[in-house]
Amino acid sequence: MGRNTESLNHPTINPEQIRLLEKLCNAIAVSGNEGEVRRLVIDQIKPYVQEMRIDAMGNLLVRQKKEDQKPLTVMIAAHLDEVGFMLTSEEDREEGIFRFELVGGIDPRWLAGKPVQVGKEHSKGVIGCKAIHLTTAEERRSSFTVEGLRVDLGGGGKAKVGDWGTFATSFQRLGGSVRAKALDNRIGVATVIELLKYDYPNLNLVAAFTVQEEVGLRGAKVAAYALNPDVAIVVDCTPAYDLPLQVEDSFYPPENEQYNTRLGFGAAIYLSDRATISDPRLVTHFVRTAEEKGIPYQFRQAGSGATDAGAIHLQHVGIPSLSISVPGRYLHTPASIARISDWESTLQLIYHALQTLSADILKSER
Amino acid sequence: MKTSDLSNLLRKLTTPPGLSGYEDTIAREVESLWKPLVDELSRNRLGSVLGFRQGSGEPPRPRLMMVAHQDAIGLMVSGIKEGFLRLTEIGGVDHRILPGQLVQIHGKRTLPAVVVQPPPFLLPPEAQEGSVPLNYLWADTGLEEKEVRRWVQIGAPVSFARNFLELGSDLVCSPSLDNRASLCALTLCLQELQGRKHAWDVWAVSSTQEEETLGGAATSAFQIRPDLAVVIDVTHGSGPGSPSHKSYPLGRGITLGWGATVHPKLYETFKELAEKMEIPYRMEAMPRYSGTDADRLQTVAEGIPTMVISIPLRYMHTPVEIVSKKDVQRTARLLAEFATTLEIDFMDKIQWDETPKA
Repeated sequence: MGRNTESLNHPTINPEQIRLLEKLCNAIAVSGNEGEVRRLVIDQIKPYVQEMRIDAMGNLLVRQKKEDQKPLTVMIAAHLDEVGFMLTSEEDREEGIFRFELVGGIDPRWLAGKPVQVGKEHSKGVIGCKAIHLTTAEERRSSFTVEGLRVDLGGGGKAKVGDWGTFATSFQRLGGSVRAKALDNRIGVATVIELLKYDYPNLNLVAAFTVQEEVGLRGAKVAAYALNPDVAIVVDCTPAYDLPLQVEDSFYPPENEQYNTRLGFGAAIYLSDRATISDPRLVTHFVRTAEEKGIPYQFRQAGSGATDAGAIHLQHVGIPSLSISVPGRYLHTPASIARISDWESTLQLIYHALQTLSADILKSER
Repeated sequence: MKTSDLSNLLRKLTTPPGLSGYEDTIAREVESLWKPLVDELSRNRLGSVLGFRQGSGEPPRPRLMMVAHQDAIGLMVSGIKEGFLRLTEIGGVDHRILPGQLVQIHGKRTLPAVVVQPPPFLLPPEAQEGSVPLNYLWADTGLEEKEVRRWVQIGAPVSFARNFLELGSDLVCSPSLDNRASLCALTLCLQELQGRKHAWDVWAVSSTQEEETLGGAATSAFQIRPDLAVVIDVTHGSGPGSPSHKSYPLGRGITLGWGATVHPKLYETFKELAEKMEIPYRMEAMPRYSGTDADRLQTVAEGIPTMVISIPLRYMHTPVEIVSKKDVQRTARLLAEFATTLEIDFMDKIQWDETPKA
């Protein structure tokens, strides 16, 4: 352990990368309030990039080299934001009880009985609920709603209406996995940070750390417009629904065939989702790279869901795009789980694919 | 006691999981805290911890038993499938708080995990809407199946991950404050009894299995045969979701139980004492039963006059239970004052109005 990644000509996930992921996950950066993570990213990439700016929406736009002289410009993108909530109304000042609304897609059935953190100071609080003793069996069959729950800061802290908050789940290693809030998409952010540390012979590398992905791919749209790349690679975290099927019905298939992705099966390559059909030339290039290098990969099952690629590929005259994701279970909940080996596969696959990517790829038929 | 010391004591007492029936961790913590505070310390057959302080009165001295249960609610592994753990409950747990809950699986090794709700398409139609019942939820350790099978066996207790928070200057939040807040008050009472005289023998009991059978307090009482018993537990604190007529505000005092479980003369005694000490209290009406160890305790052997004192606690039986440190201290002061002011002939004074005069 403790190898210096920069001395290896091949990125790996070491304790150093895991510590960075921990910092990124524990930060609060709900859509529209990405400053805390943006600051962490700037600190990390400063030594490796020659140009950085923050645009009108808050995207962090980066050029690895000042002078882009190679014929192919590739943008790698990862969204900074996470799902969470905002305090919307103060119900009891003395007791510190607030109403809140959700930001991004959170199933309210995951909310009750969890510690939360709110505002710049990370004020501690909880989302509580009525004691079981005071409920009826009928009541317990229905689920909690956001309207029926409150954020309880217990009269402490400095949080106020308008502040953003998240679950207060601290990062933890679970054997070969990690458990944290916001692995979607801090694991993508950490991957792009790592990729920026390396040189790519045939292309100009630019990067976008985007805002407001969870509320409608908003940041990526203007980031892609501004950077105007020839090709875009989006790095995200995609759901793994690889749990046992619990349906006792002969009509249904006997096993879970809707897993989307599976933990332990490697980097997830997108073919198509609700918003994007991946550029087949890029898919082919990435699959070939994985095969040649022996890097585990899987295809994300086509279906619903979207990444920043949905906004990026429609900019200007069109930008051939591909999404590569680290599979993660229980995204948008208090605690998601991802495998470190899948993260490493994702990092290495993108690294090696970019090593050999050249302007020729756009000359072949789509 | 400084309020930071009190937080530390509460943190210490909420750290051991000590699920009902699996209480060695908390029993050992109680033993180490009580050791310097009592004359004799023992653990009884079912696992309750008994601390004895000899009184200063002439023998045979009457005996006072003060009891707070040490066990906590939680979960247990009931099955393993493809590396995912099926769960059942220990004590009363609302399944609606479980998705996303951080837990520890106490198998051959203690493993961190999270309780999860599967996506709807993996569930039968009747479980897709509304709350997902416990028998469809899983705990995920993040480990591969072979590792899970190596470390986890069916029957492994599952506790909520420990997470002690201070909210503002007076409130603390943690799993298992039901009933470690009361154990803390009882411990503070024993500290206060150091250097103070009490005519009666005093038995402090950290009772086992309240959340399942109320069995620990009752069996301890059978062993001790106290003349009086005081049960310290938590009651519903007011807050979001709690009906105002069934809950009590945090930090504004304790409750004194009143009803069939509580001996009326003992209630009067505590009420007068609280008033004299200017300890804020409210009567808690318990028309049928108290929902505490007292329900079983009062019928042990030939019957024991019993009192119930409660600390208001918000979000009971969740991992984010909240109590006020002030209320914990008030409970301790009241208990210590009661123990030290008990006159040797107190039992003669709590006769029923209709008791024939000798």
